[in-house]
Amino acid sequence: MIAVDLPYWAQSLLRVLGGTVAVLLPAGTIVYLFLFKMMSFMQSRLGPMEAGPYGSMQLFAEVGKWLQKEDIQPENADKSVFKMAPLVVLLSTFLLVAAVPFGPDAYFTDFEAGVFYALAVSSISVLGILMAGWSSANKYSLLGGLRAAGQLIAYELPMVLAVVGVVIQAGTMNFQGIVLQQNTGSIFGWDGIGNPYILTQFVGFFVFMIAVQAELTQTPFDMPIAESELVSGYMTEYSGFRFLMFFIAEFATAGVFSLIASVLFLGGWGIPFSWFGWTTADSVDNWMNVVGPLIMITKMMALAFIIMWVRFSYPRFREDQLQRFAWKVLIPVSLVNIMFTAILKVAF
Amino acid sequence: MSDVTDLIDRQKLSYIAAQAADARLNVELETEGMTLNIGPQHPATHGTLRIIARLDGEQVIWADPSAGYMHRGYEKLTEVRTYPQVNTLINRIDWLGSFANEVPFILAAEQLMDIEAPARAQWIRAIFFELSRIANVSLFLGDLGVQLGAITPVFMAFRDREYVLNLIESATGGRFHPNFDRIGGLKDDLPKGWIDETKQVMKKLRNFCDEIETLLFGNEIFQSRTRGIGVIPANVAQSYGLSGANLRASGVDWDLRRDQKIALPYDKVDFKVWTHPDGDAFARCWVRLQETREATLIVDQLLDGIPSGPVMAKVPRIIKVPEGEAYVSTENPLGEMGYYVVSQGDLGPFRVRIRTASFNNISIVPWVLRGVFVPDIITILASLYFILGDIDK
Amino acid sequence: MTRSWSAVAPLSDTTATTETDVPALPGDGLREGIVAQLRSDIGAGLVDTLVKPGVDVWARVATESWRDAGLALRESGFHYFCFLSAIDWLPSPFGRGEDDPSAPPPERRTEIVQGYTGGSTRFQVFARLTDIQRHVGITIKADVPDDEQVVDSWTSVFAGADWHERETHEMFGISFRGHPDLRNMYLPTDFEGHPLRKDFPLLARIVKPWPGIVDVEPLPGEPEEADTEGNGE
Repeated sequence: MIAVDLPYWAQSLLRVLGGTVAVLLPAGTIVYLFLFKMMSFMQSRLGPMEAGPYGSMQLFAEVGKWLQKEDIQPENADKSVFKMAPLVVLLSTFLLVAAVPFGPDAYFTDFEAGVFYALAVSSISVLGILMAGWSSANKYSLLGGLRAAGQLIAYELPMVLAVVGVVIQAGTMNFQGIVLQQNTGSIFGWDGIGNPYILTQFVGFFVFMIAVQAELTQTPFDMPIAESELVSGYMTEYSGFRFLMFFIAEFATAGVFSLIASVLFLGGWGIPFSWFGWTTADSVDNWMNVVGPLIMITKMMALAFIIMWVRFSYPRFREDQLQRFAWKVLIPVSLVNIMFTAILKVAF
Repeated sequence: MSDVTDLIDRQKLSYIAAQAADARLNVELETEGMTLNIGPQHPATHGTLRIIARLDGEQVIWADPSAGYMHRGYEKLTEVRTYPQVNTLINRIDWLGSFANEVPFILAAEQLMDIEAPARAQWIRAIFFELSRIANVSLFLGDLGVQLGAITPVFMAFRDREYVLNLIESATGGRFHPNFDRIGGLKDDLPKGWIDETKQVMKKLRNFCDEIETLLFGNEIFQSRTRGIGVIPANVAQSYGLSGANLRASGVDWDLRRDQKIALPYDKVDFKVWTHPDGDAFARCWVRLQETREATLIVDQLLDGIPSGPVMAKVPRIIKVPEGEAYVSTENPLGEMGYYVVSQGDLGPFRVRIRTASFNNISIVPWVLRGVFVPDIITILASLYFILGDIDK
Repeated sequence: MTRSWSAVAPLSDTTATTETDVPALPGDGLREGIVAQLRSDIGAGLVDTLVKPGVDVWARVATESWRDAGLALRESGFHYFCFLSAIDWLPSPFGRGEDDPSAPPPERRTEIVQGYTGGSTRFQVFARLTDIQRHVGITIKADVPDDEQVVDSWTSVFAGADWHERETHEMFGISFRGHPDLRNMYLPTDFEGHPLRKDFPLLARIVKPWPGIVDVEPLPGEPEEADTEGNGE
């Protein structure tokens, strides 16, 4: 990891701790900053103010509350599947964050086909949601789970296709390689901010953000949860620690997808106007290993802000409208985007 | 009305086709429908309404509302109360626009006693009537967003509704249950400075209506969720006795303030009655929004023209209403609310039949929910807008 | 107050005349016209009418013509169904629920007196329809036979009568011939009794007597001793 020779057990320990922090820190920050405070300000109220200065300890209070609750399982529920479902959803988040680079040497793993791996692993959460819906022995959960299955599978495709444009333009599936390509590139010869793919792949970025919103089952695509109809959809029967896991998974996945989007479209851990002519990952200075994660967090917050802002403003789609939007609008648009990217990549 | 029939035909055909396809599939797969219980504890119903829906996948085959979880026996209770005591009781039927509940009953009693309230009392009654309409429907507009998933407008609705409730409280002493109307007039006169403050509040409410119109009604997702959903043609609406905005959204131009002679000064103000030809959920919500704005304009006009004088007519201290029967109904926030008062010369009424708007509005639910999707159930219920106390009395 | 008058409209078993000259009350041609139209539609079924000029119109029809009256009114323009319910004209044996349970119940009148447009039975079913074009409403009543409380259902005439008839059935015990699904509206399915009947007591007052028995002040303006009913102790 860092250019210091650490024994293997120390490296593994750092990886584990780093992974946990990389999942929980975005989740916590997004929950407090956006869910508690930003949403409240948009709704002309203050949000939590009691726990800690300006309510900053509210998240810890809530975590503590959920942890000490009774473990209730419905009598007719399929016990083992019921218990496994939140773990499966959280598992996909941890697997996903393992592929994200935070700095030239600050990464957990460096897959050659990182993009491929990330997209594949993000589908595991679908399984978890389906398991939750079916095993709850509750008609509302079943409806939510079935809706979720259809929706999440439908929106996998636009996500994949949007990323294909980036891969074509970068020429590699490696996340680190994509970051380097963006930062060492130039826009018509001016290399102040490198060549972030959001400029050329704006269609892909747009489609990717919409698909991410749907993958996270956030409004306007929150039919599976649909609080005013299904109470909580597939999460209805969960309480206490298991609900905490779903809750963390939801916001942690939002953070991780934002991280991935910032790697793919915003130039990753590179600072605009501060790329000092480095060419490969090895030639980047060591201090970028400390600054890089901070940059990534900043970019992640910006994208998560957009995700949450849309969540609080829009009503929700009905699921047939949702499906129609995915299959008839997003997929053709992203296919056209791929075509244009390929043509322009060959032409220039 | 042909575009409504076209809409209904297209909708009907598509639903029939979908059901036929599902029926073929069901025969092959031999699946049976699922019975879903919506309520009585549910975030979407405005209270304890239970709807038993038989679903086929996500489509409703039949739906049956089961009301009565909040039945308080008002018609029996009125038989043991005196007339002023009934006034306190009926405040609580439609608890969001509660001054409006008192008005038809007081007018019916005054009709039987052959008393006319002084002009100033009538004008102030009309002002409070419209204020209760604004308070009631602004909550509806906010709640509409929540039913459909937009969680932000409801906070704006509550914030702006507070102004109206503060106004009502400053004049009557009660935010939710003013109990201000009396047989022969009102309990009190208006406090000093109330008129100017109300004018300010009406400006704020108009701003709120504009905000909601752009934020919620202009949203494409909202429009695609509500347009063409739950179409009720005009003749069906009339045979079920739908009233208020539900009836006007089906194209029927009927407003009790304008079309019926009651002892409130609506003939002295200029206001527009909003109708919409479509009869779908969007039309019902849209008509209510326009009516709220119109109500603020009516209040402004009423405030400008309040006559001076007493607020209470000469009424005996013990109210004994002579024998007779009277039915008075008014255009309440939820629809047409009326009281059929049967008096046999006693201190209290002999029988009061309370005709509530939501009872008729919800009786159409089995008809309108056939063949819709589960999310549309919520949309249609939200657009019909009922209050549980109004259904259950 | 004008009372009902039935001088000209014949009762059910005499020879029916459809066109009789009705000396109309002055000043309200619209409501007179409605009454005349109804009389021409159902003839002898129209038993009694009352028109208050400029205010309202009441009509009582024979029990057999209940459904025909609804149909006739709907055909003549009353498309809007307002409500349907019943009235129990028996004076309540419990008075206004203010009896002292320790004292014997006081004397109360027990004879049944009907209201506008008269009647001859204890129960009457009544409905209200509105004509949206002519801006007028009408209240129609009909007697419910004392021996068997059944009338025809209006569900085939007005779809909205469905729920109203269910509520009337559970509250008064009046059955409606031809109603598809006459089950309880508000009360649980196994509820016994019909609450809005006058001989069904207000259960709250049975459970706990009226608190004013022990501590009542005389109504304002009334002499002190005329209102004692278990006053003080």
